[in-house]
Amino acid sequence: MKRWMKQVGWRHAVGLLAVAFSLGPILFVLSAAFNPLGTLSSSQLMPTGLSFGNFQKLLTDTDFPRWFLNSVIIAGVASVVSVFLSALAAYAFSRRRFRGRRVGLLSLLLIQMFPQFLAVVAIFLIFGTITDYWPAIGFNTWWGIILLYLGGALGVSTWLMKGFFDTVPRELDESATVDGASHVEIFFRILLPLVAPVLAVTGLLAFISTINEFVLANIFLTDSGSKTLSVGLWGLVAAEQRNTNFGIFCAGTLLTAIPTVLVFQLLQRYIVEGLTAGAVKG
Amino acid sequence: MVTQLGGPATRALPAPGKSEPPERGTSLTGRIVKIVLLGLVVAIAIWAAFPLVANEAWIGLGLLVATTAVLLRLYLTPRHIPAKYLAPGTVLLIAFQIFPVLYTASTAFTNYGDGHRGNKDEAVVAIESASVTQVPGSLQYALSVATTGDPATGPLVFLITDPVTKQVSAGDADGLKKIDDATVTGSGKVTAADGYTILNAGQASLRSGEITALAVPVDGGAIRSSGLSRAYEGKAGRAYDESCDCIRDTATGNTWTADETVGAFVAADGERLAQGWKVGVGFSNFTRVITDRSISGPFLATLVWNFAFALGSTGGTFVLGMLVALALHSKRVRGRNVYRLLLVLPYAMPAFAMLLVWRDMFNTDFGLINNLFGLHVNWMGEAGTARLAVLLVQLWLGYPYMFLVTTGALQAIPAELSEASRIDGAGAWQSFRRIVLPLLMVALTPLLISSFAFNFNNFNAIYLTSEGGPFPADNPMNGATDLLITYTYRLAFGGSGAQYGYAAAISIFIFLIVGLVSAIAFKRTRAQEEVYA
Repeated sequence: MKRWMKQVGWRHAVGLLAVAFSLGPILFVLSAAFNPLGTLSSSQLMPTGLSFGNFQKLLTDTDFPRWFLNSVIIAGVASVVSVFLSALAAYAFSRRRFRGRRVGLLSLLLIQMFPQFLAVVAIFLIFGTITDYWPAIGFNTWWGIILLYLGGALGVSTWLMKGFFDTVPRELDESATVDGASHVEIFFRILLPLVAPVLAVTGLLAFISTINEFVLANIFLTDSGSKTLSVGLWGLVAAEQRNTNFGIFCAGTLLTAIPTVLVFQLLQRYIVEGLTAGAVKG
Repeated sequence: MVTQLGGPATRALPAPGKSEPPERGTSLTGRIVKIVLLGLVVAIAIWAAFPLVANEAWIGLGLLVATTAVLLRLYLTPRHIPAKYLAPGTVLLIAFQIFPVLYTASTAFTNYGDGHRGNKDEAVVAIESASVTQVPGSLQYALSVATTGDPATGPLVFLITDPVTKQVSAGDADGLKKIDDATVTGSGKVTAADGYTILNAGQASLRSGEITALAVPVDGGAIRSSGLSRAYEGKAGRAYDESCDCIRDTATGNTWTADETVGAFVAADGERLAQGWKVGVGFSNFTRVITDRSISGPFLATLVWNFAFALGSTGGTFVLGMLVALALHSKRVRGRNVYRLLLVLPYAMPAFAMLLVWRDMFNTDFGLINNLFGLHVNWMGEAGTARLAVLLVQLWLGYPYMFLVTTGALQAIPAELSEASRIDGAGAWQSFRRIVLPLLMVALTPLLISSFAFNFNNFNAIYLTSEGGPFPADNPMNGATDLLITYTYRLAFGGSGAQYGYAAAISIFIFLIVGLVSAIAFKRTRAQEEVYA
């Protein structure tokens, strides 16, 4: 028994403590979401009742369904396209030798170091002009903010992918070239399937960060109907409604987690593999 | 043109001396896809061209045509294969990231901000119309306040009728504009106008501050409101005098002379008028951080805390994540998958929402933490507890990721290595310290560096929880938990007057600091990798 404690028992103890730490706040959100009173002051760690009132209010009194749709579409399209653009660039950096390759790779890292959202004034002015000329991709539109997010498609994820591409033996492409495959065929038919894990991971990371993005979205999407979840939910607990809307806010939080969890489940088998394999090469 | 548009990407040429293999004939589907995509590019370009032509924006049109031409040439000729793969992402990168960043950086050398937005002429107009007062014999108008947008937020417009000519005009800060389609009552009050929404009394009174502040410039004065339904054309009390390049107050005779180095009108005693204009100020925004005592002291404190926060968040999450990963990394632990699933849940929750939940969990009066432990701590009220709180929140949010990554890296380390060291007589600690940890560090250092860079600028972590507070009584600009980035944000967009130029200068500082730290760290990783690889 003592031996078991020393070899296995402590592992469970650490695991259980960590689980308690991880789940505590989530349990609190769960209790608050089902709390019939729906205020912060009446919310406890353990559920005090089971009421769907908060969910009902969220769905009928606010534009939540619309925010949800906006977020899923914006984050979905932006992450898929940005993974694709990033993979294209990673292929060039990993497989091709050209002048400016090192400089290009380094500048990608450097640009990321500039806190992009401090450029919001400039972005605001640029999109002000764009809204005048092409309202379809201006403020309060899906396309506008997706384009803005795609500006950051090349970056850290390109590095991660390049590291992963580097681990695929070059002999594969060479033998395909001998067999008469063009570079397009090599990229789409041979390399992309092999690097699927890292595509899944960068896609998931891009999805999570886009769903969570707040600063740009807050400036960009001002119509209630065009808001994303982060902007909309933030508005629910702003200033003096903090106490009264807490239950509704927590209900919204739980529903917001659904798309992320689904994407996570969908890509789960790739994730641990992709996270670490790319990291080794950096 | 090519280099300007594509940067390093389109300048990419095949390495000299090594000939690129010529592009081979691709399959039929490939060719069809290519034609469709290029057709789409042309279609988008044509669609985008119409408004540019209509607005006579020739520079924009030139850029559009050049970009399209370069793209078409790139994809229709077999050369420049790397550029084909880099172009799509690079075009977006330049348009929406590099250009805004350069634009912002260029404002760091100006005094751009509230009171220094436009040019000198605009400043003169603003000063003259702000000084307008009602004089005997001023023209009176019946006023309707309207907007072209939403009654609560849209830009305000004064709708007035000239008592003599009966011409209806719409006026804003740019001046008067004649309008034709309007319904006017006998007293000259406009009750409806095409394209404008007239505010009712309730809506107008909500925005009375803005209405009072609005002055519509006209020759020799401006039209201002008196109350919500009357307006008058007043005479300017201050006027610009070209002969002395100064503003003269007609009543008192005081003068404020234009000072081009600061972009403001300055009186002999040093008093400045609030409305100035945008001028280049060289490096003064940068030197201000170092030389101005009231700024440099708090700035240094913020910088130190910023480093502590970034290191603390990264280190804390890494240590905890690794500890848990090590504990669960044993075949003898049953239910590892269940543990893993539960531990990763915080990572799946929306971070912005959980930050707000944590903020409320730290609430003094009805927060969960005080309730649970029977405390009555004002967490966000004291510098020490507030810092502890934001670090704890980061720990919760960040350690599942470190746990996942470390688990993966541990699995990649061959078990034989530590077994061999055991046989050689190493204890558990020694084998961890000498074998496992170094291997882990090689795999994880790049991630730790990017985590550091991310946390150094982790705006949400502070803005959504403590909002930078608590603030010392004598300095409402630097709070105890402020990061440089939240501090900069407050400078640029905070309530007490925007200082974009200064904020841009600080963001360049941030950029240099993070870049330098990352560069050093990456260099060390390379050295490390050579040692252990």
